[in-house]
Amino acid sequence: MPLDSSFIGREYPPTAPYEVGREKIREFADAIGDEHPAYRDAEAARGLGHPDVIAPPTFAIVVAMPVVNQAAFDPELGLDYTKVVHGEQKFSYSRPITAGDRLVGVLHIDNIRSAAGNDILSVRAEVGTEAGEHVFTSTGMLVARGTAEEK
Amino acid sequence: MPRYADVEAGTEIAARDLPIRRADLVRYAGASGDFNVIHWNERVAREVGLPNVIAHGMLTMAKAANLLVEWAGDPGRVEEYGVRFAKPVVVPDDDEGATVTVTAKIAKKLEDNRVRVDIEARSDGEKVLSLARAVVRLD
Repeated sequence: MPLDSSFIGREYPPTAPYEVGREKIREFADAIGDEHPAYRDAEAARGLGHPDVIAPPTFAIVVAMPVVNQAAFDPELGLDYTKVVHGEQKFSYSRPITAGDRLVGVLHIDNIRSAAGNDILSVRAEVGTEAGEHVFTSTGMLVARGTAEEK
Repeated sequence: MPRYADVEAGTEIAARDLPIRRADLVRYAGASGDFNVIHWNERVAREVGLPNVIAHGMLTMAKAANLLVEWAGDPGRVEEYGVRFAKPVVVPDDDEGATVTVTAKIAKKLEDNRVRVDIEARSDGEKVLSLARAVVRLD
């Protein structure tokens, strides 16, 4: 079933805060094999001018995923998640994600289109602190293979 | 830490062969919260038309960024990072797993002490990340 294109431009309500923990950052850094001390040692991070340990750049996906999932699992939008592959992903950072951050995300549906029998959903998550400081923007393209209507 | 004045467009800054094994996928699933079965269940992966279990695209994206971070010296200097997932990285169930060959080069010097770094990632000779680009702020 094709996606409902009236969802283009839709903005979802802010998500519940994600609290960035030191041990979660360490676990993520270990999992991706990045040994930089700024992820593990607050002193090393402060030496680089950060207030506490920071997260690897792609840790942003951990925070962005629950934001994006609002659309991915929105029954009204109708994305068939079993057929979804990740097409593109981009992050733009105002500053690094830092231990102790409480991050809130607002999801925007930027585009919905069909190409070669696939449904293609472009989403943008604007993520910042509860106080409204922008931390990063995540833009992603999700492709549902073979779900669009044949033309 | 590299200095803006000293870097030149066209210079290769890093190149490495990165192994990705089944255990890495399990570990990344746990750390990232992405438990999509195509990353750990061969039966389901084949049922949906894949040749075998595939790596999380985000894991490949993350591992490619490690070279960037190592070169920049401070992960906080990465201002932008984006990729297109061109092809899945198929991870066989053996001790070697898959190998992703990553190279990074300075594509362009930008304003305000920033550089654009272009990354290439290949597995089995095929490009797995395309249009992989980062903007890094230098001193």
